[in-house]
Amino acid sequence: MSETLNYQFIESRPAPMRTEGFMPWIKSNLFGNWQSSVTTFIVGGLLLYYVPQFLSWAVFRATTVNDADACRVAGVGACWGVIKEKYRLIIFGRYPFDEQWRPLIATLLMIALVIASCTRALWSKWLVVLWVAGLALYFAIMHGGVMGMSVVPTDRWGGLPLTIMLATLSIIFAFPLAVVVALGRRSHLPAIRTFCTIYVELVRGVPLISVLFMASFMFPLFMPAGVTIDVLIRVLAGITLFAAAYMAEVIRGGLQAIPKGQVEASASLGLSYWQTQFKIVLPQALAMVVPGLMNNFISLFKDTSLVTIVSLYELTGSLGLALNSDANWRPYKFEGYLFITAIFFAFCFAMSRYSLWVEEQLSKSKLR
Amino acid sequence: MQAPKAPPKKRDWSWRSQAFRGLLYQLIAIVAVVSAVWWLASNSMENMRVRGIKSGFDFLSQPAGFDIGEELIGYDSNNAYWRAFLAGVVNTLRVAVIGIVLTTILGTLIGVGRFSRNGLVRGLCRAYVELFRNIPILLQLLMWYLMFTELLPEAAEPARWGNVFLSKGGLTYPIPVWAQGFAWAIWGVLAGIVASVFYRRWAKRIFEETGKGRSMVWVPLAIICAAGILGWALGGAPTAMHVPKQGELMVEGGGSLSPEFMSVLLGLTFYTAAFVAEVVRAGISSVARGQSEAASALGLTKSLEMRKILLPQALRVIIPPMTNQYLNLTKNSSLAVAIGYPDVVSISNTAINQTGRAVECIALIMAVYLTTSLSTSFFMNWYNNKSAIKER
Repeated sequence: MSETLNYQFIESRPAPMRTEGFMPWIKSNLFGNWQSSVTTFIVGGLLLYYVPQFLSWAVFRATTVNDADACRVAGVGACWGVIKEKYRLIIFGRYPFDEQWRPLIATLLMIALVIASCTRALWSKWLVVLWVAGLALYFAIMHGGVMGMSVVPTDRWGGLPLTIMLATLSIIFAFPLAVVVALGRRSHLPAIRTFCTIYVELVRGVPLISVLFMASFMFPLFMPAGVTIDVLIRVLAGITLFAAAYMAEVIRGGLQAIPKGQVEASASLGLSYWQTQFKIVLPQALAMVVPGLMNNFISLFKDTSLVTIVSLYELTGSLGLALNSDANWRPYKFEGYLFITAIFFAFCFAMSRYSLWVEEQLSKSKLR
Repeated sequence: MQAPKAPPKKRDWSWRSQAFRGLLYQLIAIVAVVSAVWWLASNSMENMRVRGIKSGFDFLSQPAGFDIGEELIGYDSNNAYWRAFLAGVVNTLRVAVIGIVLTTILGTLIGVGRFSRNGLVRGLCRAYVELFRNIPILLQLLMWYLMFTELLPEAAEPARWGNVFLSKGGLTYPIPVWAQGFAWAIWGVLAGIVASVFYRRWAKRIFEETGKGRSMVWVPLAIICAAGILGWALGGAPTAMHVPKQGELMVEGGGSLSPEFMSVLLGLTFYTAAFVAEVVRAGISSVARGQSEAASALGLTKSLEMRKILLPQALRVIIPPMTNQYLNLTKNSSLAVAIGYPDVVSISNTAINQTGRAVECIALIMAVYLTTSLSTSFFMNWYNNKSAIKER
């Protein structure tokens, strides 16, 4: 069987299309098919129309002179002068003007403590000592009465320092409480389980504002005659109890995810209940729920703005305090709102980025 | 052969017995809680006696004596406190229910938008979520309120589109004059719903027998609409409208939404939608990757893939956190007190200031929210069980 085999070269195919780089990205992400192209034109057109308008208002036509008359000129955009004029009132609230270096230093100290606690290299038992000392120093500086500093009663505290303090302290106090309640809800002792369940469900069923009303209107009635507790502490207690219920639910989620074998293994090793919880269960459970806890912390930070409604002038309240009484600057409240919005956003955004970083660290340990 | 007997249960009441210690701990807890409650209660009784504060819910039947800016139940200041509270509850529910519907639609759109093939849409949806969930809701409400009360044109010269007016006085729009025909239309819609339920059953049976699919959404919707229009036409097809007119100082007539209501509604909707979008996104990305690959292998378009493959499976993951968001929206509606929308909290606040009965009023607020929260989560649990995977 003789057959001449004919070999033929097939034509070379064109090189595959480039899928990386700028132009291919544009092509696949903005003009992938005709629907996508139409969307791009509509959305892009709207953006091209509105973003320049906003920029022109916020930047190009804006004035930064702290003179209300300069803002009234026709055609002027945003009046950032209002911030320049009032920023100390907005940030520090009713704290005495000449003493405002004190909340500044105290708050920087607190932020430094928080950042130190977020840094992995510094995680040790010494942090607790550092916190106790730091908080003592914080209150000494804020309240005064020592080292020749004049006493500033708590009802004069306000603005950003108050926001940061309420958020930090309520997180610190709520967290241990939440751990105990979460353990209690999974306890095999019916009475303790019932109490913890009632507490969590009751608190989660009502809005924070009703808890704050309770702290400011009802709490004085609860105390024996003659005992008065500072409104700041009452509100702090209210926020703490509120936040603890939500955190307890997140932690309980983590506890439920721990396989039963872990508890049984530690029981067979002869560990007691508390040893089991603290050495075996909680370390694993808490690591699992870090993202949920961080979400809780962020919403707690945002929720501190509600204390304005019970007349504690944190950032939102101090803005009203600074601008409502001043007829000159009142029309520029919107710029003031944008300013404190930027502050809140910066803090919350930083916290959510940190949460992502922690999540990454933890998933690294899981990959091993 | 006799079965070996179980060893007799030992009742060991020593300190080392776990049962005994458990009992002791519970006893301590009960005593602590009961005595704490008793202490607080006796303190407050004593305080109220000393300060001469009356207690009890009898004030609810006394005339309230204050006006409510907007209400739906025909309340005036001569009515009793309980009617004022009822008006507040209705206002709270009104903003919460409409807010939940709007936030679900907006949040789902944005959550799905994060999977868009279009980079611009993806980026915008992401920016929306990051922006709106990182700003406190109170601040957002105050900003909406400022926009509605300061930045809009005066009520004397409102912005106008056709017969819809927008000004500092709120949004005013034409509403139909109530007539017999609308009652007929409502009956028509109800009949349409019944008919479409039967149609869906029939369509499902045909589908299971022959494999021929029929529209399960559009045809029933068309049936309902057609029945409603038919009812309206049978009832005499009333077309009279209350059309708002430009008055001397303000817009008169027609239906209207107050700036307070719109601020609360928009604030809650935009804020919660960011969270709902995250819930939807998490739900969709929890669906196994193979599902979407299989859908493309079958040649489904991107939108069919989303509607028929991804969303139905994501729904099971989405529902529990979605319930939480609905409850959050309802609870956050209590912030209406900050901008003067007369919800139940702001009515209670007025009542506390007038009567001094803080304990009773706060208990009422809590009872209202607890009832709503528990009934919402009850309903959502039922729905969750219904849509959970049925394993056969």
